[in-house]
Amino acid sequence: MTDMTEVSAGMVPEVKSRSLWQTALIRLRKNVAAMLSIFVLGFLGLCGIFGPMIAPHDYAEVYPAYVKVPASISAYPRADDVIPEAQSALRRARLDLELVEMNDEVLTVIGTSERGVDERVTRYLDRSDLFTNARVVEVSDDGNRIEMQADVDRLYFLFGTDANGRDLFSRVLISLRVSLGIGLLAAGVALVIGVLYGATAGFLGGRTDNMMMRVVDVLYSLPFIFFVILLVVFFGRNVVLMFIAVGCVEWLDMARIVRGQTLSLRRREFVQAAEALGVGSGAILKRHIIPNTLGTVIIYMTLLIPKVILLESFLSFLGLGVQEPLTSLGVLISEGAKNMQNAPDMLIFPALTLTILLFALNFLGDGLRDALDPKDR
Amino acid sequence: MLAYAIRRLLGAIPTLFFIITAAFFMMRLAPGGPFDQERALEATVMANLNATFGLDEPLWKQYVIYLGNLVQGDMGPSFVYRDLKVHQILAIGLPVSIKLGGMALALAMLVGSALGSIAALRQNSAVDYGVIAVATFGITIPNFVVAPVLLLVFALYFDIFPAGGLNGWQSYVLPVIALSLPQIAVVARLIRGAMIEALRSDHVRTARAYGLPTRMIVIKHALRAACLPAISYMGPAAAALLTGSIVVEQIFGIPGIGRYFVQGALNRDYTLVMGTVIVVALFVVIFNLIVDLLYAVLDPRVRYD
Repeated sequence: MTDMTEVSAGMVPEVKSRSLWQTALIRLRKNVAAMLSIFVLGFLGLCGIFGPMIAPHDYAEVYPAYVKVPASISAYPRADDVIPEAQSALRRARLDLELVEMNDEVLTVIGTSERGVDERVTRYLDRSDLFTNARVVEVSDDGNRIEMQADVDRLYFLFGTDANGRDLFSRVLISLRVSLGIGLLAAGVALVIGVLYGATAGFLGGRTDNMMMRVVDVLYSLPFIFFVILLVVFFGRNVVLMFIAVGCVEWLDMARIVRGQTLSLRRREFVQAAEALGVGSGAILKRHIIPNTLGTVIIYMTLLIPKVILLESFLSFLGLGVQEPLTSLGVLISEGAKNMQNAPDMLIFPALTLTILLFALNFLGDGLRDALDPKDR
Repeated sequence: MLAYAIRRLLGAIPTLFFIITAAFFMMRLAPGGPFDQERALEATVMANLNATFGLDEPLWKQYVIYLGNLVQGDMGPSFVYRDLKVHQILAIGLPVSIKLGGMALALAMLVGSALGSIAALRQNSAVDYGVIAVATFGITIPNFVVAPVLLLVFALYFDIFPAGGLNGWQSYVLPVIALSLPQIAVVARLIRGAMIEALRSDHVRTARAYGLPTRMIVIKHALRAACLPAISYMGPAAAALLTGSIVVEQIFGIPGIGRYFVQGALNRDYTLVMGTVIVVALFVVIFNLIVDLLYAVLDPRVRYD
């Protein structure tokens, strides 16, 4: 007998059984668009988490000297701008400027004043965004002539600056963090409410199910945008509360999907077996029903996140969302739309970021659906 | 069919009633009131204003009065636009929104079904992939990105179309495109999917066997079956289009009713918000009915008796 089993084991090559998730993963790996999206999303996610920490500027820091400068990979200030800017910075210093020149990133200013110069005039240079480390080199013996030097501060604005002179690159990074965070938070809320509600309705069935789903139908017919706006008005402009509210609105589809799944799962043998063994309803829901709806729920989740991000951007666009100085992609796009005439960069970069983010999320969602549910193709 | 339509309309009354009730009480529970200003009004002035507009009554009584007036077709005066009644404001804005939305709707149906059909007929060709790419693009990119970019390119750089307002046909071009682009994308996707299925179905094969010309098969037999999913999508979409898009109206400076949602809710203009909510809800109900009736016309298997 032992020989027999050894022989048969040798003849049939050992086939490892593959779980649903493994097959799905294999299918997903073959989907170029979805895999690419995972990398793009990972990159954007890292940008959102760590970007604001390592960005050269704080997202709220204002540079009055650089308002709406165009995007550039070379540093500001431009060589032509240094001397006029130095002159205008020193205008209030009541100095007659004899010499203003720049050599090797160092600005040299010689000024005279008949009433004597105060050494504190260097502050006027420091106050400008262009110069740092202003210092007095020499004061003449009569105190009427001063020579100062200041380093030119080289700043990089990769995406340009906004209408207040804030670095757009840092603002896009922080808005990525806000948008992604809100997307996850609201989708999470929708997930919890939708799954619990749908699973309960489908599991209890009968009249309760009917009642619960009628409620969903009626909520569906509410003018959705109005509903959200009312919630925003009601909760005030608190970002976290607001997106819990958005999540509370977005759970309807999730509830329907989960209910449908639960209805069919409920008639399956393993659920009936669990019932026959005397397992309680709550335990059956937790052990058998909800885990089995996870595939569909994950697919829907990846499609829900872009929807929520879009909704947040839309609300922010209307001025109902995130408030200054914090920002989100919708706020940036709305400001860009207002300033597109003289600063198109302000519209282009946030719009591009949002588009890439949404594309990646949608492709990943489609890819996951194809992978987990091949018959739906 | 008529009996069915009437039954459906009667069935919508409880839904409408619920929407009105929910909107009324949510609006009132929100903090603030229509007469709140930066500087608080004198108490007597406030009391007089509240008395004039009936806001001093208990909430349930206000609700009953509002419902009573509504049944008689009176939506009350606007709290913020003091000289106008709500139905007058809607009468000014709604035709503009309907005109714009109607054009966008027609464009979306025509272009969407044309693109979808072409893609389905040349499945897996370059044309097909092109249409899918355009559709994905249209679905992904939101209105409030498309509209400013359209403005930037066509109004500011090339100066072909005006940037805002409504003067002459040129000013309709950009808003209609911005409104219809996402709808074109969805319709093209739905029609493509359904068309591929329809082209494989028995009745189309029979028509082919009869030797009917391809164009006739596609337009008369396949498209008729293929447009069903698109039509059921277009019901709610049409209601949304015709009642005005907040974003597009704001960006292009169009005096439709879309903006009254936001402005009204922020100003606590109770009656105006209720008015817009009722209009939108009515459109949703009516268009869902139209969709169901169209189904019966297009699909001989569906009968409402």
